[in-house]
Amino acid sequence: MYSGKHLIQPSDFTIEEINDILSLAKHIIQNPKAYADVCKGMVLASLFYEPSTRTKFSFDTAMLRLGGQVIGFSDPTTSSTAKGETVADSAKTVSKYADIIVVRHPKEGTAKLMSKFADCPVINAGDGGHQHPTQTLTDLLTIVNYKKEIKNLKVGVCGDLKFGRTIHSLVTCLSRFENIEFVFISPEELKMPGYVKEEIEPLGIKYTETDNLEQAMKDGLDILYMSRVQRERFISEEEYLRLKDFFILTKEKMALAKKDMIVMHPLPRVNEIATEVDSDPRAVYFEQVRFGMYVRMALIMTLLGIKDVQ
Amino acid sequence: MINVSKLKKGIVIDHITQGYGYKIFEQLGLDKLDDVVVLMRNVDSEKMGKKDLIKIETDLKLNFDVLSIIDPGITITYVIDGERVKKVKLAPPQQVTGILTCKNPRCITNQEHIDNITFRLIDAEKKLYACEYCDARTSL
Repeated sequence: MYSGKHLIQPSDFTIEEINDILSLAKHIIQNPKAYADVCKGMVLASLFYEPSTRTKFSFDTAMLRLGGQVIGFSDPTTSSTAKGETVADSAKTVSKYADIIVVRHPKEGTAKLMSKFADCPVINAGDGGHQHPTQTLTDLLTIVNYKKEIKNLKVGVCGDLKFGRTIHSLVTCLSRFENIEFVFISPEELKMPGYVKEEIEPLGIKYTETDNLEQAMKDGLDILYMSRVQRERFISEEEYLRLKDFFILTKEKMALAKKDMIVMHPLPRVNEIATEVDSDPRAVYFEQVRFGMYVRMALIMTLLGIKDVQ
Repeated sequence: MINVSKLKKGIVIDHITQGYGYKIFEQLGLDKLDDVVVLMRNVDSEKMGKKDLIKIETDLKLNFDVLSIIDPGITITYVIDGERVKKVKLAPPQQVTGILTCKNPRCITNQEHIDNITFRLIDAEKKLYACEYCDARTSL
């Protein structure tokens, strides 16, 4: 049985290990050709039990750009799951073919379960509303790229703070870095859950809560992390419609922000960022997608034990 | 007042919060024992006002984890030849395996049969534990 590292949640890696992955990702960005064959002869199994375009493409492309091959499915009805195979058995079987497994599943804890039965590293590509650690790595690489280092930053997090798993992961992970301050911007109904605040409070993290996006922008944010209000999290359609347009980032609001503030978003967006903002050089959310691929390349190499070629 | 004779050999589970006695009786599977077991409810107590109490006339190996999750304030006394030989005070364990089940309907453990799920202690006072798979909080 494989006893090495998996990535199930951001806390599986120390800050040093995260910094090593970010540093490797930067090397790959600088000279991608040098890494074009490092995974030659290796196979990544991409098991997507629920729909995803961005994350699946990102992992598949990452492995292909490292010279490896990809197998898998994006429709569980075409896999043995449809015949009633358990996740544990799928992990045992697939890890006989593949060198590394990437899994997305609607049930929380599935990646952890797979990691207990697989003979190879397992990467969690999203398990329901629980964790999405490679989005966090993507966010960190984006921040490092634009802010040089992850410290002394005032980070505004805006939108659906109650249900947004990428936001919870990012906030708890950023809290492990030096001198990070948060401004949580949301309507009352979508406030940051108590358990996230309880996790960061003992670390001495400063945070404020507001429903005033304009004021937060004026107060000098270094990063504004926007998020989508997710229709699927609401029982009442009426409630969703009432809250979805609560915060919309426009050109006028961007004018209030610092000249070097960056706007991030895990995508897809609905209407929380007006398209007129896309042309602002501070809007980096589409660049974030590219960083996601590079950081996944670095992660795959790290978990497969492949040394940096530089 | 009902009189229950003094135990010669066995275990006394004392200072059980009033009303918790039957739960402990069930969780420890005491109904399956062939030995003498006495569950006393609503017993007068100087400290607690009212309490429950269980006496077991056997060498049963108790699962302290189960007991401490249900009612961490209880005391366990082992008796041999009518003498108290050992007294144990409980504290909630840092983690428990194979006792709790996850109450989160979205957790994979509620879709697949998984043995020996581990839960880690989050809040000793509220007896809250987090599932190792989904991190959802649960208690017994």
